[in-house]
Amino acid sequence: MRLRLILRRVAFLVMVVWAASTITFFVPRLSNRNPIRERFAELSRTGGFAAADLEVIVASYNKKFGLDKPLLQQYTDYIGSIARFDLGVSLSRFPMTVTQIIYNSLPWTISLLFVSAILSFVIGNLLGAVAAWPRSPGWLRAFATPFIMFTGVPPVLLAIFLLFFLAFKLKLFPLGQAYSTGIAPDWSFKFMLDIMWHQVLPAISMILGSVGGWVLSMRGMGVTIQGEDYVNFAEHKGLDGRTIFRNYYLRNALLPQVTGFALALGSLITSGAVVEGLYALPGLGSKLGEAIRANDFMVIYGIVLFITMSVATLMVLVEFLYPFLDPRIKQE
Amino acid sequence: MTPILQIRDLQVSYYTDLGRATALNRVNLDLNAGEKLGLVGESGSGKSTMALAMMRMIKAPGRIESGSVTVGGVDLISLNDEEMRLARLSRIAYIPQGAMNSLNPVMRIGAQMVDAIKAHVPDMSQADMTEQCMKALESVDLKRNVFQMYAHELSGGMKQRVCIAIGILLKPQVIIADEPTSALDVVTQRQVMETIDRVQKEMGTAVILIGHDMGLMAQFVDKVAVMYAGRLTEVSTVRDMFSKPMHPYAQALIKSLPNLSNKGVFQGIAGLAPSLLRIPNGCAFHPRCPQAMDVCKTTIPDVKEYEGNRLVACHLYTEGA
Repeated sequence: MRLRLILRRVAFLVMVVWAASTITFFVPRLSNRNPIRERFAELSRTGGFAAADLEVIVASYNKKFGLDKPLLQQYTDYIGSIARFDLGVSLSRFPMTVTQIIYNSLPWTISLLFVSAILSFVIGNLLGAVAAWPRSPGWLRAFATPFIMFTGVPPVLLAIFLLFFLAFKLKLFPLGQAYSTGIAPDWSFKFMLDIMWHQVLPAISMILGSVGGWVLSMRGMGVTIQGEDYVNFAEHKGLDGRTIFRNYYLRNALLPQVTGFALALGSLITSGAVVEGLYALPGLGSKLGEAIRANDFMVIYGIVLFITMSVATLMVLVEFLYPFLDPRIKQE
Repeated sequence: MTPILQIRDLQVSYYTDLGRATALNRVNLDLNAGEKLGLVGESGSGKSTMALAMMRMIKAPGRIESGSVTVGGVDLISLNDEEMRLARLSRIAYIPQGAMNSLNPVMRIGAQMVDAIKAHVPDMSQADMTEQCMKALESVDLKRNVFQMYAHELSGGMKQRVCIAIGILLKPQVIIADEPTSALDVVTQRQVMETIDRVQKEMGTAVILIGHDMGLMAQFVDKVAVMYAGRLTEVSTVRDMFSKPMHPYAQALIKSLPNLSNKGVFQGIAGLAPSLLRIPNGCAFHPRCPQAMDVCKTTIPDVKEYEGNRLVACHLYTEGA
């Protein structure tokens, strides 16, 4: 029974990946822009070679990448290569493969997204839980309000704001980039510290943008749970406030939030891409932006597919994790 | 013999937007070890408030204004918060009304029981705690494997038994059962009541059973206390209460019960229970009382003892004497 469920979920995952890759395949092709022509046109502008040869070169490269074939055949070739986990090569940064580009930029994205996703989940839910708990002190409850205010502000605006005041005006933080220029990347403690220093502002803008949502939803959940009979009975049992808060109140109120976490990852990746661009962090988001500007559809396909797969996989993981958090949910 | 539970002058008010509602008005009550008292009254008469006041679980905007609740020589009202926390379950236990939702859905039954012991005797070994929980489960006719189960795997009656098992875990001197059977079918009701009865006999605990079901009361309690508008109107033994109730409200209440001889003829009590915000002057029952006298409209009747063991608050009996 268990096996059948896993198989069904995996099949679902494959369907999601197929649907996402089909949509992303056709959208960039709607425009007539050819990434190869654009790349060589740029080279010829900067003065590399005679523009007369351009069309010949473009044609030969089109042939090499298979761009001269009918679109439908390109599509089947593309789906076939995805099935072999081959994401192809970058058209504008040949001979870099798409996998290489993802591999190089992934650490930056993961560190930024993971840290900010987890921090905002923890901070937001704790604040929301405390705000709904009738016995928490008033000053602690008041903390929730400013964070709720920030929910309406997109992380991008926050990022610009922080960048301008804290980095540009007050010079408290670096103006972007992944690490200071003039430092050679290595595994030293000093370099790690420098990286973290550069991640502070992007992380803060991501966290401030998403904490409020958690505070709001958790406060709503908490108000319901704190009136439940089992929370009341826990107090009748003579339990201390902390045990009631943790085992009877928080654990129950958190259940729907865990589902929300998986769902929030998708939108977090989107806003992360823009924030990365603003702070010039060489993450997936910046690379995706570059690829879109160059109409480098192989890189667009690769990154979008990668993000889709990660989110879909995480959601399936959460689904498998859920019965461990809530014993009422059993997998068939 | 000094009573195990002594309630003196207990007064509870709720401060609402419409004014102060006196939910419990100078209540006095004694209960001996091993005695079972049934607390009856209409909705809003202060039964549950009394239970919560005894547990000191009255939440804002409610407040215990005055009085004392003495259990085994200790006045609960004068304890500080931490001492009161420790007194709950170990001196005085509460078996909740809504047993269906009184168990945490994401924790095993055992963990919830161990939690309760740990809160009172933190240095007990894990094995001893488990054993104590198992024993409590067995004493309410549940199998030991319930310890490993979750609330959603149990039936309604089993959940109620688990709540009883938690209630007796630390052998309290007083147990308050707030409508413990209200959500159960009659067969399960009887089983649960028999469980309470047996456990109570074994431990010699005093039990206060709150409910509307006079039939259930008649079978299980020794004494019945009738509440009206936050006051005790009559406390008598079950036999006296059902055969010759003294207070006119108690009389009306008993008369309203259906019985086999006058099938189909129900006698209600005219009028409605008063709002606690505007309790009538004098005896709170006088607007509905068929035997009201002038004095009833002005003076609150004192609780007096009659026939050696009956407590009644009514002018009918003091005027004549």
